Amino acid sequence: MIRKLLPHPHLTLLLTVVWLLLANSYTMNSLVFGVIMGLVIPWVTAPYWPDRPVIRRFPKIVEYVLIVLWDIIVSNLVVAKIVLFMPKSKLQPAWVTVPLDLVEPESITVLAGTITMTPGTLTAEIAADGHSLLVHCLHAPDPDGVRDDIKARYERRLKEIFE
Amino acid sequence: MELFWEILISALLVIGGFFGLVGSFGLVKLPDPMTRLHAPTKAATLGVGAVLIASMIWFGVFKDDLTLHELMITIFLFLTAPISAHFIAKANIFKDWPSDKLPRPHGEGEWAVHQADADTSAEELEEAEEARKG
Repeated sequence: MIRKLLPHPHLTLLLTVVWLLLANSYTMNSLVFGVIMGLVIPWVTAPYWPDRPVIRRFPKIVEYVLIVLWDIIVSNLVVAKIVLFMPKSKLQPAWVTVPLDLVEPESITVLAGTITMTPGTLTAEIAADGHSLLVHCLHAPDPDGVRDDIKARYERRLKEIFE
Repeated sequence: MELFWEILISALLVIGGFFGLVGSFGLVKLPDPMTRLHAPTKAATLGVGAVLIASMIWFGVFKDDLTLHELMITIFLFLTAPISAHFIAKANIFKDWPSDKLPRPHGEGEWAVHQADADTSAEELEEAEEARKG
């Protein structure tokens, strides 16, 4: 019964919070409307999004977000340094193949987005069978190290969250 | 105390402007389209982020009207920036990078761009379902 009314509790919570932030008034009025939106939208969209991934460990998400935010700041400094001070001839761009252990499309999407936002790497393409990502590095003297970094730092954590 | 906030806001604005500038400069300086993609996706996000945080603090401290709209802008920016980068990269690979110039994907098969009839998401969904059952 609960599952039928609340097909996706986390989505309900997220939609309510987003509505409150968008409405920008923290009154009973907007809270009630936010909860209504949070209940109706997942219920209406449920048939279009079957087999949603289940988030297994919610607190891990907080850890993941903090790590990614920190990496974004660091990556900005690193990229700024490369852009400003590294001569063009010393730049070593590289393509790296990252084999994937993740299988859920949603978690692969999160991983691809994370790679794009973090130090000097950018997800360019996914393999046709969905088992590897093609990552472009701005400056990578050691491409294998980049791949291992991505797998250990992000993919392992995403696997804990989603699978 | 007011002075502290003013200094903090000014510092954030300067940081934002600086990274915005570096992002644009990167577009001019870096050698080819793939490396050029790196400058706006990274430097610009921190630039915009710093300006938005400055705006949030300014309204919170001097206008007594703390709004979290800026937070939403930041989140949506972080959600959308990688998507547009993926599309530009994909178009660029399609145009300039035949499969023999790229590293091979793990296992059999090609990169999705080089295999026109691939339905990546459908295959993934099937496998995810199998993994869940098994």
